[in-house]
Amino acid sequence: METIDTTTIDYQHYLSATEIAAIEHEASIMETREAAGIEALKVVQEHRGWISDESLFAISDLLAIPIAQLEGVATFYNLIYRQPVGEHVIHLCDSIACHLTGLDSVLAAIKQHLNIEYGQTTADGKFTLLSNACLGSCDKAPAMMIGTEHYQYLSPESAVDILQKLAVKGEVNG
Amino acid sequence: MAESISNNNIKPLTQWVNLQQPLSFDAYCQAGGYQGAKVALEHSPNDVLDIVKNSGLKGRGGAGFPTGMKWSFVPMFEDGDENAPDNKYLVANADEMEPGTFKDRLLLEGAPHQLVEAMIIAAYTIGANKGYIFLRGEYHLAAKRLQQAIDEAYQNNWLGEKIQGSSYTMDLYVHCSAGRYICGEETALINALEGKRATPRAKPPFPQVSGLFGKPTIVNNVETLCNLPHILKNGIEWFQAIAPNSDAGSKIYGACGRVKKPGLWELPMGPTLREVLYDYAGGMQEGLQFRGLLPGGASTDFLVEEHLDTPMDFDSIAKVGSRLGTGGLIVLDDKNCPVGMVLNLMRFFAQESCGWCTPCRDGTPWAVEVLNRIEQGQGKIQDLDTLAKLCDFMWIGKTHCALAPGAVEPLRSALKYFHDDFLQHIEHGCCHYNLSMTPKRMKVSQASISPLSVKAGQ
Repeated sequence: METIDTTTIDYQHYLSATEIAAIEHEASIMETREAAGIEALKVVQEHRGWISDESLFAISDLLAIPIAQLEGVATFYNLIYRQPVGEHVIHLCDSIACHLTGLDSVLAAIKQHLNIEYGQTTADGKFTLLSNACLGSCDKAPAMMIGTEHYQYLSPESAVDILQKLAVKGEVNG
Repeated sequence: MAESISNNNIKPLTQWVNLQQPLSFDAYCQAGGYQGAKVALEHSPNDVLDIVKNSGLKGRGGAGFPTGMKWSFVPMFEDGDENAPDNKYLVANADEMEPGTFKDRLLLEGAPHQLVEAMIIAAYTIGANKGYIFLRGEYHLAAKRLQQAIDEAYQNNWLGEKIQGSSYTMDLYVHCSAGRYICGEETALINALEGKRATPRAKPPFPQVSGLFGKPTIVNNVETLCNLPHILKNGIEWFQAIAPNSDAGSKIYGACGRVKKPGLWELPMGPTLREVLYDYAGGMQEGLQFRGLLPGGASTDFLVEEHLDTPMDFDSIAKVGSRLGTGGLIVLDDKNCPVGMVLNLMRFFAQESCGWCTPCRDGTPWAVEVLNRIEQGQGKIQDLDTLAKLCDFMWIGKTHCALAPGAVEPLRSALKYFHDDFLQHIEHGCCHYNLSMTPKRMKVSQASISPLSVKAGQ
């Protein structure tokens, strides 16, 4: 099994200038550098799709956060991905309002359409299916979030329709 | 009666809400915005604290603690006092993740300047020069609009150095979180802001004395804060006159589930559950009957038909055995399974448990396992005892924070009000709400349908 030599991941060689600038900006508005850890994870994920071990070590180096502490933060949050994800990450809300208004049938339709289970990515790398603990769309349930877009009043048909449009054009009209 | 009808038109919190296009700085000022902050800056922080204390404002985040009293625990110092900390902090808790709660989203997306103004008032009062809006990561639109409002406030000297010619300086930032329910607990939120794993802290010390970066810190819910500009602008008497009971002001109530018109309504404190459910949410959808509701989010006890005339204020809801919480009704109908509903809620709490203390880390998944077994028709009568014991193991005083007791509330009340449903699942070996399931113990069950209550006594 390949191991990673922690001492060789110098942030300057690993992170891009844009990433470093964005992280330094976040660090500048917090009182300590470690407080920018979560923002740094989000910046790097924004550029690379997910947080690899190498990314984690590089951020640890840049912000002088112990690697175990940063890993503890990275694995704590639902929106930080420590495994590779697809081009579009589907966060299907599985909270109670969505449960009461037809989540099960929407979930079944999405699983069937993409042929994946929660936590999996489609073979073509287009979609990853994850749940989300309440998106705050309870009056417009069921709901899901893909990227920064929130889709509400889902039915099995409309959910599949949204995924089909995203697969073809990369965006949903309207 | 006439008075209560006219009061229904007083909507301080939502009068400036526009979800399509929130008011710009200029439009907000024209509508009467930043006048509350102006009044605050004309008074001493101590005077503003007295106004907020005397207004009777209570926290709208769920606990209902008096806001002025919370603030009064922040140590205040004279200019030049060498014991004074180099900073204090104000944090707006916008980590709205309580299932069934979506009220703060309305305020964040629809009236961002109102929150900025509110935070200036609060920070000035407690002597904080730095504020953070701790926003849940999923609220992308709110993040954009809040940043825009903050930028405009800086441009117009409502943030930054020497605000409006006063000696007061304040900086305000948006921190976007990355999705974790426990961050709504104020000490977990503080750990998250410090870049640490967001487990709650032991109290004391309380954040008012030693919070963010070890400095005095106040964490207030978004809706709580948004009351401040109106209290300062219109006065205490006006604020207290809005509500017909001992609680002051208005509150954003909500309803979700299979009601005719799910949504949010700003009402004077204390409409009855029935009014919110039937007059505002329109009652149950066609063909469905009302079974019960959670009055204020996922972590509150079920209430049923007999409680519907209870006013939705802090004391009245507590008297009938639940909590006002966030004021958002989650309504259960007769075609959804109560066991399935509690299972869904418990899964949420098990997933969102931070794992710090054993009762919560191990108790919530255990409850999920037992509930799932019952829902799948594999339950045993002893499982009900196990659930009752878990409710005890995870209750207040036995856990590190309020998450596990919050998980217990819907479970223990479901065991009380929907006891027959639990028994039927166990007796018949199936869920009667799930039409694809067939009773596995039909031969037994035919004989046992009527003596259910006898079995309950075992």
